[in-house]
Amino acid sequence: MSADYAHARVGQTEREPVARAAVSTRARVVLAIGPATALGGIAWALLQPWRLTLLHPFGEGFWWLLAEPPLYVVLVGVLFRLLIAPGLVQDIEEAS
Amino acid sequence: MIVAGIEPKAEMVHWWFATGILVLGLLLVAEVVVGPEVWARRPWRLYLWPGLCFLLGVLMWPVMALYTNSMIHMVAHGSWAQVLMLTGGAELGVVRGKLHSQYWRLTSVVALLVSGTAFIVHEQNGWYFARAAFLHHALGWTLIVAAVFPLAQALRPRSVVAASGFALTFFVVAVLLFCDRDSAAIFGHFSTFAGVPHR
Repeated sequence: MSADYAHARVGQTEREPVARAAVSTRARVVLAIGPATALGGIAWALLQPWRLTLLHPFGEGFWWLLAEPPLYVVLVGVLFRLLIAPGLVQDIEEAS
Repeated sequence: MIVAGIEPKAEMVHWWFATGILVLGLLLVAEVVVGPEVWARRPWRLYLWPGLCFLLGVLMWPVMALYTNSMIHMVAHGSWAQVLMLTGGAELGVVRGKLHSQYWRLTSVVALLVSGTAFIVHEQNGWYFARAAFLHHALGWTLIVAAVFPLAQALRPRSVVAASGFALTFFVVAVLLFCDRDSAAIFGHFSTFAGVPHR
């Protein structure tokens, strides 16, 4: 092993944990975005249950049964976690 | 003309657009977190937010055509449709490689300024008339102030602060739109001319 290569390796191993920690932090943030959004929707549904007409559907029209804003927020969070986040995490790891 | 009974209420349309804008916000936040290089590793991802922005503009046209409470509502909805399509189209052009200048991001500045002005101008009542009036004023000023973020991005494309601010703007707009009700009180205020209040 040449001295240059050895020095490069030492520097790399010193930097590696820091870089890996940054990658894993970014990956964790990406993985948390969807669940955090979904949790926001669940919290909203608990705080304002009357916004979910599905809980008291009798006598409600079509549009009122379709309009469930807290569920929309949950759905957005779930879809982001399932469709967008996995590929991003994979790309973060590959890019590092 | 309003096709009563068939059309969804205006507040529902606000919630549907809030959902679309929330998706835009999540995509932009994720891009800020991972960085533009990682975000661009899969080409389809680059098309997500411009495509959705353009789609929201297209979907705004039926809103303009069907919710004809007043002339000024039609003008406001029509202007939102145009600027959403302009921004989405310009960003799609940049992503596709047809457009090259970083200054195409200025279309977002135009979109935010026009949208904000339309919100304020088409709201005929004062801030505390009802919740909808308050939210329209709040949305208008939020969008106008937030225009500084894409302006900063056009001048300094790699600014994380500008990108974060731009992304968070969509969250604020989504929350404000989700709060909308056709007739509800705001901080205990509700005009006697605003109809029957509900939660």
